[in-house]
Amino acid sequence: MQRNTSIAIIAAIVVVIGVLSYFVFQPLLNNINLGLDLRGGLRVVLEAQETEGEKVTPDTIDKAVGILRTRVDALGVKETTLYPQGDKRVVIEIAGEDDPEAAVNILKNTAQLQFIDEEGNVLLTGKNLVDAQAQMKQDGSGQAEIALEFDKEGAKLFGEATTANVGKPLIIVIDDQAVSAPIVQGPIMDGNAVITGNFTAKEAQDLAVLLRSGALPVSFEVMEKRSIGPTLGADSLDKSIKAGIVGLIAVLIFMIGYYRLPGVIADLSLVIYSLLVLGTMVALDAVLTLPGIAGFALSIGMAVDANVIIYERIKEELRYGKTLVASIEAGFKRAFTTIFDANVTTLITAAVLMYFGTGPVKGFAVTLSIGIVASMLVALAFTRYMLVLSANVTKNQKLYGV
Amino acid sequence: MQVIKRRKWFYILSLIVIIPGIISLMLQGLNLGIDFTGGSITHVKMPSKVTSADMRATISELGLEKAEVQKSGDEFYLRTSQLTQEQTDELMQALRNEYQEVEFMSAESVGATIGGELTRNALLALGIALVLMLLYITFRFEFSFGIAAVIGLIHNVLVVLGAFSIFQWEISSAFIAAILTVIGYSINDTIVIFDRIRENMRNKRKEDYEELVNKSVGQTLNRSINTVLTSSFPLVALLVFGGATIKLFVLAMLIGFVAGAYSSICIASSTWFELKNRRALA
Repeated sequence: MQRNTSIAIIAAIVVVIGVLSYFVFQPLLNNINLGLDLRGGLRVVLEAQETEGEKVTPDTIDKAVGILRTRVDALGVKETTLYPQGDKRVVIEIAGEDDPEAAVNILKNTAQLQFIDEEGNVLLTGKNLVDAQAQMKQDGSGQAEIALEFDKEGAKLFGEATTANVGKPLIIVIDDQAVSAPIVQGPIMDGNAVITGNFTAKEAQDLAVLLRSGALPVSFEVMEKRSIGPTLGADSLDKSIKAGIVGLIAVLIFMIGYYRLPGVIADLSLVIYSLLVLGTMVALDAVLTLPGIAGFALSIGMAVDANVIIYERIKEELRYGKTLVASIEAGFKRAFTTIFDANVTTLITAAVLMYFGTGPVKGFAVTLSIGIVASMLVALAFTRYMLVLSANVTKNQKLYGV
Repeated sequence: MQVIKRRKWFYILSLIVIIPGIISLMLQGLNLGIDFTGGSITHVKMPSKVTSADMRATISELGLEKAEVQKSGDEFYLRTSQLTQEQTDELMQALRNEYQEVEFMSAESVGATIGGELTRNALLALGIALVLMLLYITFRFEFSFGIAAVIGLIHNVLVVLGAFSIFQWEISSAFIAAILTVIGYSINDTIVIFDRIRENMRNKRKEDYEELVNKSVGQTLNRSINTVLTSSFPLVALLVFGGATIKLFVLAMLIGFVAGAYSSICIASSTWFELKNRRALA
């Protein structure tokens, strides 16, 4: 290739990288999915409680997750993620609420509705419910009540229950707590009932949602709970970004100081590397956690490793008296297996982490893996091309630090 | 570089670092955080005049079990047995009543069963990672390299565990990630050197293992040092400027990286030499 063409291509590449990073970095950073530890929020791990005769199966958990999703949507809990973990756990992550604790407390209610007679016989359950709506009491007390509508079978059962208990109380129990115990005035055959308790409008609305979404197949206990206040999250984010920038600049300066011209190329490849990693994170909708930022900062140091291996190799070849172009070719060829084997072993640990880790730790493993693959690609494609181009421009070996 | 000639000194140096760590592990163990033991930590920011004694007095009125107060600047970490939601609310309410300006930073609460699982999973992850390394290296190189590499890895893990035990730095679930990263990173270091040994072996007929190892380590020494430097820059920056939450995580990696670079150069290659030499002599 002609010297002038090479200069033109290099200039074009530098301009493109400059423009790209100027326009792309900020939008990428804004679009990245931040973990709860960076934005504040609540993460709760719920465990299904096995009762006698009722085993918890993956199917139970799937059902529970489905019901919880319906509730999240109906209650309007903002920015919530729900997913099963292992065989009997459900993870709820809430980022957008002012009071996420309260939201979880409502969500995790089993909402098992029962109608019981004086002898304690269960006559009817929430299984037969078609609809539940909160409404204001007609008596002007400002209190709310919940109107229930049963399916055909439920209407029949309710009819029988009311017929058998005229003049006696019918106890309405939700999650083992008696909510109200109205005296039956007469048989009700149309399958409609009303729960009048001591509800505020909000409580009645939430309860109606829970009843409507159906009871959870099992009850859940809180196993683990982490809530991060918004101040701490923002503070962690600021500090680690600042630290990341300082670390990055140190790496950039070191590479130029030690490797000269190839060092400049390594620095350019680091910029591409960072764009690539952030872009992949956004594209995969991966979550950036606090350990993830550490993983990213760390991977910057490791990303130049491929360059370091290549440059050291090229220097060696130059010392053997090869020409610059031959040294670059030989250096790459020999460095390739080294870089490949070294990175595969690191990827193995990242994979193990991804499999065993949860939450922030998993986020760290994801960031690390993306970083390893991206650094390999950048070193083997971009760095190589740039070195060949610059060899066309100048063959001065002093620029290579020999 | 005369690695093999000086290898006895390297072994002694490693033992000087590792043995106190092992003794400490046996005597006082690790300072396990709530991720492992179960329990709650409530992290709040208080007006600057509030002292630990004030906080202790306020908390003792609530009758919480095993309550401990830790102060760091204006911020307090309140460690207790696992709190229910009601107890956390009560605690925050009591603090607000007593001191008004209380800023909620974070609250963590972990059940004891989860902690047990974490320990089991951590050991399992560690074991699986080591076995996979051994397999991969045996596949790409040969068994002796795999064994030497894994010995180097165990060396590094012991250095980090020992340091955390001696100084009683608290271990969280992120620590496991740090240990595994140290493994991934130091295997990377070792492989670069072993790769050079493998290459030099091919180019030689008569095998003088001592010269082979010395030469290979020497040829890769610049790379080994430069990479540990560039990887340490961001870690040191995080240690100095990063938030408190992440410091121990970063520290574990930094210690592991330095140990990893050292063991790759001095321990793993020497161990490989011992393995090869013994077989050659036999």
